[in-house]
Amino acid sequence: MTTSDDSPLGTLDQHDVEAVNSAKLRQPLYAARRKIFPKRAEGAFRRFKWLAMAVTLTIYYVTPWLRWDRGIYAPDQAVLLDLANRRFYFFFIEIWPQEFYYVASLLVMAGVGLFLITSTVGRAWCGYACPQTVWVDLFLVVECAIEGDRNARIKLDAAPWEPTKLVKRVSKHALWLLIGVATGGAWIFYFADAPTLLNDAIHFQAPMVAYITVAVLTATTYTFGGLMREQVCTYMCPWPRIQAAMLDEHSLTVTYNDWRGEPRGRHSKKAIIAGVPQGDCVDCNACVAVCPMGIDIREGQQLECITCALCIDACNNVMDKLGRERGLISYATLADYNANMNLAVTEGHIDPIRVRDAATGGFVSKVRHTNWRSILRPRTAIYFVVWASIGLAMLTALSLRAPIGINVLHDRNPVFVLLSDGSIQNGYDVKIINMTTQPQDMVFSIAGLPGATLTTPGATNNPTTQLQLIVEPDLVLPLRVYVRAPAIERDGQVNFTMTVANADGSDSVSAQVRFETPQD
Amino acid sequence: MSMHKNLDKHTPNREVDEFSGIDTTGHEWDGIKELNNPLPRWWLWTFYACIAFAAVYSVFYPAWPIGSAATPGLLGYSSRAELAATIDAVQISNQSMLSTIADAPITDIIADPELARFAMAAGASAFKVNCIQCHGTGASGGPGYPNLNDDSWIWGGTIDDIYTTISHGVRSPTDPDTRINTMPSFGADELLDKDSIDTVARYVASLSGLEGGINSPEGAVIFADNCAVCHGENAKGVAELGGPDLTDAIWLYQRSLESIQAQLQKPRHGMMPSWSEKLNDVTVKELAVYVHALGGGQ
Repeated sequence: MTTSDDSPLGTLDQHDVEAVNSAKLRQPLYAARRKIFPKRAEGAFRRFKWLAMAVTLTIYYVTPWLRWDRGIYAPDQAVLLDLANRRFYFFFIEIWPQEFYYVASLLVMAGVGLFLITSTVGRAWCGYACPQTVWVDLFLVVECAIEGDRNARIKLDAAPWEPTKLVKRVSKHALWLLIGVATGGAWIFYFADAPTLLNDAIHFQAPMVAYITVAVLTATTYTFGGLMREQVCTYMCPWPRIQAAMLDEHSLTVTYNDWRGEPRGRHSKKAIIAGVPQGDCVDCNACVAVCPMGIDIREGQQLECITCALCIDACNNVMDKLGRERGLISYATLADYNANMNLAVTEGHIDPIRVRDAATGGFVSKVRHTNWRSILRPRTAIYFVVWASIGLAMLTALSLRAPIGINVLHDRNPVFVLLSDGSIQNGYDVKIINMTTQPQDMVFSIAGLPGATLTTPGATNNPTTQLQLIVEPDLVLPLRVYVRAPAIERDGQVNFTMTVANADGSDSVSAQVRFETPQD
Repeated sequence: MSMHKNLDKHTPNREVDEFSGIDTTGHEWDGIKELNNPLPRWWLWTFYACIAFAAVYSVFYPAWPIGSAATPGLLGYSSRAELAATIDAVQISNQSMLSTIADAPITDIIADPELARFAMAAGASAFKVNCIQCHGTGASGGPGYPNLNDDSWIWGGTIDDIYTTISHGVRSPTDPDTRINTMPSFGADELLDKDSIDTVARYVASLSGLEGGINSPEGAVIFADNCAVCHGENAKGVAELGGPDLTDAIWLYQRSLESIQAQLQKPRHGMMPSWSEKLNDVTVKELAVYVHALGGGQ
């Protein structure tokens, strides 16, 4: 370690940066946004964020182009939201509108999954996976590539409007808009056959709604990712409020460890000679400079913090340079943090010597280090069991569901009809559903109503008890039937069953149906 | 929240909140005062954008009232014209179907599933406009107005019969081809005496097992002499003449001996308009297909 005149930190810059929400800057409620110029961080969490970005963007852009063979009667796109035909295809799963409860279950899973993740590792969604985070990261890549890192960007921002600045700014915004177009462009492929739509789109033959969607998403991506950035999370998004309520004292969250960092200072010779206690924090502000939200993690847990952990990377690099243990800023639980604070605080002040072993200089054994075991506790286990149960229930239901279906609607007007021979006729609208991708020979029949016969409109002279049908693949066959039964004593109504079965008997579904008769 | 009066001369009532340094609105409710915070800027700009949009909109679209009308707008848009255009477009897209229905014999229409489905949908809608006033929304009729869901047809229940009945109506005063018959007024015109009317009424009631019915030989004789011409020798009706079946469970007015007696004394006669005078032939065909499919068509 080199030594300068006054401080052992000669090579370490102090960043001139103030947190946007700092109490010192307390500003009117609706003041203009303070610009943030996040410095590029380097380290394990930055690498994890690159990985998360690569994975999420790949999923987003590649998914609509995956193919899945469903035979000639159904689309071969693996993931397709076919709004016009009201079908949702997801690999081997095909969901019809009346099965929307699967989507509802997915939403419930997403909700419980959010509880699970948040109670375990805090706002991990915000920090790594939220589209806002990923796209802001992507926009920052562009910004860094064109304008340089933090200091260069600050300089450029303050510089007068000269040609080089103009070129840089125009190219940056143009690239941002391009990303916006690509974002909106990828979105529409989820709603139509991707290769066909791409071909139509570039020949200006796609439906107007596709172009409007691309335009709207381009605008929102550019505005949210490029212009508004952290303001979306701080002011627009409800999740920071909700997620904070899900944390408890055992949740891992990005924490500044005051108990070893304070009192912070530049470790000046004067202070050391004067015997002022020196914490590990050298007040270099690296954690503030890298923060995409522009806040100071040393102020503690804040609504603005998305726990992206880039401050951990920045601080660890500084600690490495100083030859001190990593983890001045770390993922820690509130319980561990409090225990360590109790250890360090004496007479209302933090004395970092109390956590150090005088002989070795390392931490005393009483200092609690958060490890992965903190994620295993009843709360997370219950969340996981609930989450997994819903998933398993859905998978079971999906694998057991019959590929054919029947829905019956009894006529409301007239409820029943008296026929000339005194028998009673009821009319029904029946819908026979073939969810398979092949045409199906089916048999429709009635049972449980003594003497009852079945007719169809215009064929009332041919009473029968079953009908042979061919139901086209992936379609609903509407069927109008009349059931007539001899007039016998009935108490207003009786129930019987309508059944539809594959001709080969492989599948069969029934519906309980009312037969209404006159009441005396 | 502590307040102090501002001594500014120009706004003597101005009051500033000490804690936040923000003006109050001067409104007070039970000691709670409202801070005069500015509107959020995004909200304000959205508001301005809406005003600008409204100004542009009122130039291009109908907006400003002038007496009973309004400024037409530069684009000349009208929702009525858009509706007319939409209806025209639907008509054009239905044209081939409609012309096929116009040319095809009605038996061909019900034999072709696609044509039948189209005609049934159109017929259902035409029925709702033209027929429900007498036959009811569910076509189940009422006393004097036939139920079209059942299998008893006064003038025949084949598709051709129904088509003819709708086209020309029943006892329509304006259509020379209308279906027409008249039940004699046996009682009022003194064609039969009181006892004979009672006897034949009880005989007819007995044919469908009504309460009070007596299957007497005298009644059978009176029926054969006076009624069998229109209602058939076996009383099963003659569709060609519009003579109803008297042996079944379905009665136009009421299923009772009293109703039969009343009809013999001074009969009531229904009337149905000749729809070919009001509707085009395609619509009449569509109505016939719909009615035929209601559950009793033969």
